[in-house]
Amino acid sequence: MATVEVRFSALPGHVRTGRLIAAAVARRSGMPEGGLDDLRLAVGEACARAVDRHRRAAADQPVTMLLSADDACFTVTVVDEAGTVGPVELPDPERHGEQPEPVEPWPSGVGIAVIAGLVDDLAVIERSDFGGSRVRMSWRLPSTRPAWVESSLP
Amino acid sequence: MDLSLSTRTEGDRTVVVVGGEIDVYTAPKLREQLIDLVSSGTYDLVVDMEGVDFLDSTGLGVLVGGLKRVRAHEGSLRLVCTQERILKIFRITGLTKVFPIHASVEDAVAATD
Repeated sequence: MATVEVRFSALPGHVRTGRLIAAAVARRSGMPEGGLDDLRLAVGEACARAVDRHRRAAADQPVTMLLSADDACFTVTVVDEAGTVGPVELPDPERHGEQPEPVEPWPSGVGIAVIAGLVDDLAVIERSDFGGSRVRMSWRLPSTRPAWVESSLP
Repeated sequence: MDLSLSTRTEGDRTVVVVGGEIDVYTAPKLREQLIDLVSSGTYDLVVDMEGVDFLDSTGLGVLVGGLKRVRAHEGSLRLVCTQERILKIFRITGLTKVFPIHASVEDAVAATD
């Protein structure tokens, strides 16, 4: 199984990094060009969710993204280490104009709802022991793929 | 820069031309542009998305925020978008029912509510 692991600081600017790397590895793993837009969007949503969770939980650790391909599927797993994540604070309309408001994400769940419409298989796993969660997204691969993908370690 | 913005007037509408990627990193720039327009009394907007390569849920949230702001002043926010890869997130979230989406700036400028 071919695997790539990426870790990046929980910064909004690196969400793009995550989705571009995922698209590059997916393409090399045999994912058709036509499926890459969906993959970029889904991975972007998962990375943005992880970055947001880290920032709200003040977690210093980087976000992790695991990419792997086997005979049937290409899988991207985004792992966050955010322990106890606080509630999302929606902007107060009465305070508009007093100070620059951060761009608040949607209430949690919209990103996952978007991902669900873009993947063949989705699992969102919350880790109750030491916090954090993982979003695992899979896409089926066509049966004919580049030869180098098929070579596996003994 | 990942996101480009420019504005022009057409008739009684202000067209905001967006290029590049609208994601969690670049969306604040679009948000500020929409806020500035509303603050300056511009309430009938057309957002031209034909040059947009990527749009995620944060970008959608900014567009929804813009729609709410103009509607608070009896205004309108229309989109121009023919790219299926950008329309897909509107379809998944059901927001095709919320935003008027047009095939051209001409159509959007001419449309009435």
